[in-house]
Amino acid sequence: MTNLIDQPRYVCALGAMQTVSSIERAVPILHAGPGCGAKLSLGMTEGNGGQGSGYISYHIFPSSNISEKEVIFGGEKRLKETIENALKVIDADFFVVLTGCVSEIVGDDVQEVVKSFANAGKPVIYAETAGFKGNNLIGHELVINAIIEQYLKPASVVDKLVNIWATVPAHDAFWYGNLIHLEKLISEIGLIPNTIFGPRKGLKTIDKIPQASFNLLISPWVGLKNVELLKQKFGTPYLHYPVLPIGPQETGNFLRTVAQFGGISPSIVEAVIKKHEDEYYYFIERAADTFLETRSIARRFVTIADSHYALAVSRFLVNDMGLFPAKQFVIDGIPEEYKESVSNLFLKYNHGIQAEVEFSSDGQDVQEQIRKTNYYGRPLILGSIWEKVLAKELMGHYIGISMPVSQRLILDRSYVGYDGALRLLEDIYSVVLETSI
Amino acid sequence: MEINLKVAEAPTRENRLGSISGYSGTLRDAAQKAGCGGLGNRERCFNQASLCNAGCAQGMVCGILDAAVVNHAPVGCTVDAIGASVVRKYLGMMLGFEPRNAQFVGTNLNENDTVFGASAKLRGAIIETYRRYHPNAIFVSTSCVSGVIGEDIKSVIEDLKPDIPIPVIPLFCEGFKSKIWATGFDMAWHALLTGIVKPPQKKTNVINFINFFGSEKRQITELFAKFGVEPLFLPAGTTVDQLSRMSESIATVSICGTLGTYLGNGLEKQYGVPYVQTLRPHGITGFEEWLRGIGKVIGKEHEVENYIALERARVLPELEKMKQQLHGIKAVVGMGPGYTFNFIRVLQELGVETIWASAWHFDPKYDKGLVVEDLDYLVKNLQMDIPFSVSDQQNFELMNVLNTLKPDIYFSRHQGTTVWALKQGTASVCVMDEYTAFGYNGTLNFASMILDAVTNRSLANNIAKRTKLPYTEWWLNQPNSTFLKKVEV
Repeated sequence: MTNLIDQPRYVCALGAMQTVSSIERAVPILHAGPGCGAKLSLGMTEGNGGQGSGYISYHIFPSSNISEKEVIFGGEKRLKETIENALKVIDADFFVVLTGCVSEIVGDDVQEVVKSFANAGKPVIYAETAGFKGNNLIGHELVINAIIEQYLKPASVVDKLVNIWATVPAHDAFWYGNLIHLEKLISEIGLIPNTIFGPRKGLKTIDKIPQASFNLLISPWVGLKNVELLKQKFGTPYLHYPVLPIGPQETGNFLRTVAQFGGISPSIVEAVIKKHEDEYYYFIERAADTFLETRSIARRFVTIADSHYALAVSRFLVNDMGLFPAKQFVIDGIPEEYKESVSNLFLKYNHGIQAEVEFSSDGQDVQEQIRKTNYYGRPLILGSIWEKVLAKELMGHYIGISMPVSQRLILDRSYVGYDGALRLLEDIYSVVLETSI
Repeated sequence: MEINLKVAEAPTRENRLGSISGYSGTLRDAAQKAGCGGLGNRERCFNQASLCNAGCAQGMVCGILDAAVVNHAPVGCTVDAIGASVVRKYLGMMLGFEPRNAQFVGTNLNENDTVFGASAKLRGAIIETYRRYHPNAIFVSTSCVSGVIGEDIKSVIEDLKPDIPIPVIPLFCEGFKSKIWATGFDMAWHALLTGIVKPPQKKTNVINFINFFGSEKRQITELFAKFGVEPLFLPAGTTVDQLSRMSESIATVSICGTLGTYLGNGLEKQYGVPYVQTLRPHGITGFEEWLRGIGKVIGKEHEVENYIALERARVLPELEKMKQQLHGIKAVVGMGPGYTFNFIRVLQELGVETIWASAWHFDPKYDKGLVVEDLDYLVKNLQMDIPFSVSDQQNFELMNVLNTLKPDIYFSRHQGTTVWALKQGTASVCVMDEYTAFGYNGTLNFASMILDAVTNRSLANNIAKRTKLPYTEWWLNQPNSTFLKKVEV
């Protein structure tokens, strides 16, 4: 294992510009080099599930486009005029200044500049997201923490209101579909979901964050710092459910856990679960012929994915579909402090099944290991665009699920819950069927 | 400023050519001021994110089949590897070489490295890249961070010489260095000229063909074969060995004046390979002048004339019919300067009127003091002067222009720019492939593409009806040049 980035599967902290732009009518103001906006956004959006613009895109992001002059003389004046004019030109409700590498190295006092806009009429906050500080998942946490610290005000708690925090916008091409499905599931058991990303949300739902009776974090590690800060600042308790639920076993467990935490009666939850499982198994029973009788799929699979998807997909394929995990690769630059707890989650499949897991940022090294692994047949490879060539070489079955998913158009698709599991099976077995003709 | 291959890196376009990224006026005015040396840059006091020269620099060298790139940068900068890989697989499929992931790694600079330096890390990354891919050359590209913290790339490379028996070449492309991302092309060419190209052993019948992706490789190879010469499409899809012999070629051409100036003129200056400076081969006039220019250099003028006569007879009648349908359409063009000037000419040939043009930067001249031919042609041949701005993809200025002028069609050439015209309600065509409107067939296809786009406006209309632009009413009613400062002296 090396420290090399070979086959990048994430970008730097400044990639959190996509977290900001996923909030309706919020705009990131970049205090960064001229190319940071386009580079990072292209990797995270157009090169990832065909996610393009929206109300804004990187072409709209105001940016100080730091040049040699600011490197030498500092860029505070430049940033100030950028913010001033952004407020005049861009029609938005919320401005988040994000710093890049250069401004942090030369030591611009961004806090001071941003403070001078306290009475601008619209909220202007900032987050220090220099690229050398970490990856875009860390950047996402920094932005959410900046919102909590600099924007949110205490509010009285609304019973049953739950903030849902799940996969990271843009980084996960399925982020929006996931939120829709999670909101739906949470509503069905009688809780009131609140999310902040995507259409018809924005400041309106951000303002509600402190009103929640609890925060629901569905993530192996990303976002823990945010729910902890919310607990500290507003006293809001949180439920950390580490696995993105895909399929009946995990989703059932998820709903029961949330219901218990949220004080929902078991009878309500069991009814919801039964209804969904009946629907789900109608299809599974029919499709089981295909699962069992295709000629080409073996039972072993490998994920090369961020911790959300490596965990979620492997849980589903093992616990619901009876497949078997080979070594799993988590490639999201997970911080040292979470490695142990996340790797333990790969030890808890049904029937005492365990998977070896490796954390790596070196895709080429991971692929070398996969080449040397015996999958006892054609492997099922769940990864990113980087695995396409490898899969062909190994005659594997392959779908892209984790950034960068450059070969797919993802709109509202999601693999979450019962419906999501059916979509995942359609996608996997369409590949299997396609291969066998 | 002469091309100087004795220095470590190419000077930026701003310093070398007096290029600018801020201007608002007309095409003739810009050309005239450029001629007098008085076209100063107008900075902006409001900017949107644009691009940096690292993208162009790395984008050029990562297409070389047996080379590798080591990017000395935080992880975000190395994201270019994703796009490079997608392009590489596409090229492999189109042009018939092994589709494979790009060999493009990053050193992952972190906070500690910004304090203590990361020379050892870079050294390790270069050694590992060599072990891993056995490339025939390694380009070590820099970043804003490696530049600001003063990493001594040259020493690291020098120290590795005994261990690594291939060219390891620095590629200086710190993002803050130039507002003009085309500077990155020059940085890449400088790296090739100083690190890869060898003095000629013999003369060949190869024409160096500087381009981006080479989609017309087959057609052009067949065309050139008629004249007894062979194109080498570069740099994407070539090998280090092929590039090392560029000095032996009979001539150099470039699909884009902006792209090719440094390499074409550098090869001419250093090795006497003539750089064919004509209009670019888009549209009929451009293609014919370009082909005649090549004919002259390789001594095949007669053959070229015969070919032109035959092709004209085949294509022009159908094109004439289309021109009648295109007559009166009003267009706005927003591309890099080479393509903007080319496409204004092509559109004029087709009867489409350009009512505003924007170029992402502006070179008053090319290397060797050469005139920018495609602009010069326009100045001499335009029926009317054209309102013109120079902006490094500043969307707010462009949307302001489109909102005011409401053209029938908008032509773009860069990722993420086309959709904004569409949201505003303008039919939009992205000239993504550099060979769009290339030669006779290409011009015909382009004419048909325009007709289809302006005839069926369903998508533009539907999206525009439901879209609110992210600009204030105040801004949309200001002059587009509101945020341009006075000319810098």
